[in-house]
Amino acid sequence: MKTMLNVALPKGRLGEKVYAMFEKAGFECPSIKENNRKLIFENEEVGVRYFWVKPSDVAIYVERGAADVGVAGKDILLEYEPDVYEMLDLDIGKCRMAVAAKESFRDDLSRTLRVATKFTNIAKQHYLSKGRDIDIIHLNGSIEIAPILDLSDVIVDIVETGTTLKENNLQVVETIVPISARFIANKASYKFKSEQIDKIVREIAAEQRG
Amino acid sequence: MNISDMSLSFNERVIFSLRSLYSKYGYTQYKMSKFEEYDLYARNKEFLISDSVITFTDTNGKLMALKPDVTLSIIKNTKDTQQGVQKVYYNENVYRASKATESFKEIMQVGVECFGKIDSYCICEIVNLAAESLRKISPDCLLDISDISIISEVVKDFSIPESCRKDILRCISQKNTHELAKICGENGVSQERTDILCSLASINGRPDGALEKARELLEKIGMTESLKALESIVAAFADSNIKDMLRIDFSVVDDINYYNGIVFKGFVNGVPGVVLSGGQYDNLMKKMHRKSGAVGFAVYLDMLERMGESNDEYDVDVVIVYDDRSELSGLNKCVKSFTDSGKSVSVQKEAPLNIKYKQLVKYSEGEVVILENNA
Repeated sequence: MKTMLNVALPKGRLGEKVYAMFEKAGFECPSIKENNRKLIFENEEVGVRYFWVKPSDVAIYVERGAADVGVAGKDILLEYEPDVYEMLDLDIGKCRMAVAAKESFRDDLSRTLRVATKFTNIAKQHYLSKGRDIDIIHLNGSIEIAPILDLSDVIVDIVETGTTLKENNLQVVETIVPISARFIANKASYKFKSEQIDKIVREIAAEQRG
Repeated sequence: MNISDMSLSFNERVIFSLRSLYSKYGYTQYKMSKFEEYDLYARNKEFLISDSVITFTDTNGKLMALKPDVTLSIIKNTKDTQQGVQKVYYNENVYRASKATESFKEIMQVGVECFGKIDSYCICEIVNLAAESLRKISPDCLLDISDISIISEVVKDFSIPESCRKDILRCISQKNTHELAKICGENGVSQERTDILCSLASINGRPDGALEKARELLEKIGMTESLKALESIVAAFADSNIKDMLRIDFSVVDDINYYNGIVFKGFVNGVPGVVLSGGQYDNLMKKMHRKSGAVGFAVYLDMLERMGESNDEYDVDVVIVYDDRSELSGLNKCVKSFTDSGKSVSVQKEAPLNIKYKQLVKYSEGEVVILENNA
């Protein structure tokens, strides 16, 4: 029997794009396209098992070995710093991690900067590298509202098109890092399934080069 | 005393077999106190896997710590010798913050250290012991081996800030060649060196092919000399079955400030992380003002918790319930008859709710009646 390669895919549109890449690379699993509520799909012939998980959980599944490989946003990798191999930039799901504030914002260096964010680690690292004293306010959603209600001076969040910011009279003050989807692998799984994993990486990279 | 293998957990069996393996090679057990002065860890924080340490004030006012690491204590407490080598093994609990639970955990660690005039034989012996240790855990195992000085040599001449150097090493350890190329490009590293670094970071394979590939790459920049130590260690295992479990992987770049020379990491199929880690750490010895060299490794037993066959289907073979009419000597005889036949027994006044048993029997007035059979 073929060794099965367990792949954690991020639920949603990005995951579908990613699956298409895997399919082109020769790791197809037709049952995944059936319209049902199943979360695990496998194709024994090819030796692959896919499962849909919450995008922010992919890195945990891979780091802990429940999945051998997966696709996670760079934002999640920077935030949780999982001990995994980051083998390929898939160049999709592109956006940026940025600092945004009200249009009238002026950084008053004599005061502690209040930063609202879901990405506390990224925000801390960013301001630590600048030696700026900050007060982190951890929020789970609707981050844009924080500066409007004077809960924070700035926000650190993912910016795709910038439309949400604009509609809330906010603007990007600074880009921290560009974000895109990355192909990650569990370090131990890679040792024992390197042939399969290298094949995926090779095929997808070739596909990217066109 | 004769302890049957059945009564030991998988981890306990591994510990016993590792201790016996290390003793066989002349390593003596190093027993140490649970506590160490905190200052030792404060000075060597970067060497620790996690920098959180449990501290407390001793009766004399000194700030103490529950050991988060064993190697530092052994270095501190052993003589700095240039004559011969000192070989020790340990089997100790360490206390570290777990990243996943964000709380402290007690972790059983077994390891070996070799101090003194370290030569190729010492390194070979340690690599051999590391491979044998992995085999004691499972036959399906691999040992990644590299020489950290090769990567150090390639990046040595880069005129880049220290933080960039750290980022480069981080990328190498993650096999993250796309970011590695980007950082090198932004910092004026030549395309040739960048390509070589990326190719080295991607190498992962059996010694023969991998070393040949590395040699080809290093030839381009006249650095094949740096490959010699690794090649000679690998060659030493040419006729050994250990060769089959060796993999060359240059992404094994533990902290360059502490390690130098040969470094390795062990993996066991089915365990999602590194099970064994070690290498030459002369740089740490220098940092601790020691003249001698050192090489060693640790086995992370906490990673093995889920290994081994599960014997937890039943808590006990037989539950014997008795009542007030049961005379003691008869009950004792009844219990003994079960234990003598190799069965485990739990004697209870009433049928327990929280114990999973194969058989439930009742002892009353000298008679044994089977009430339930679950197996």
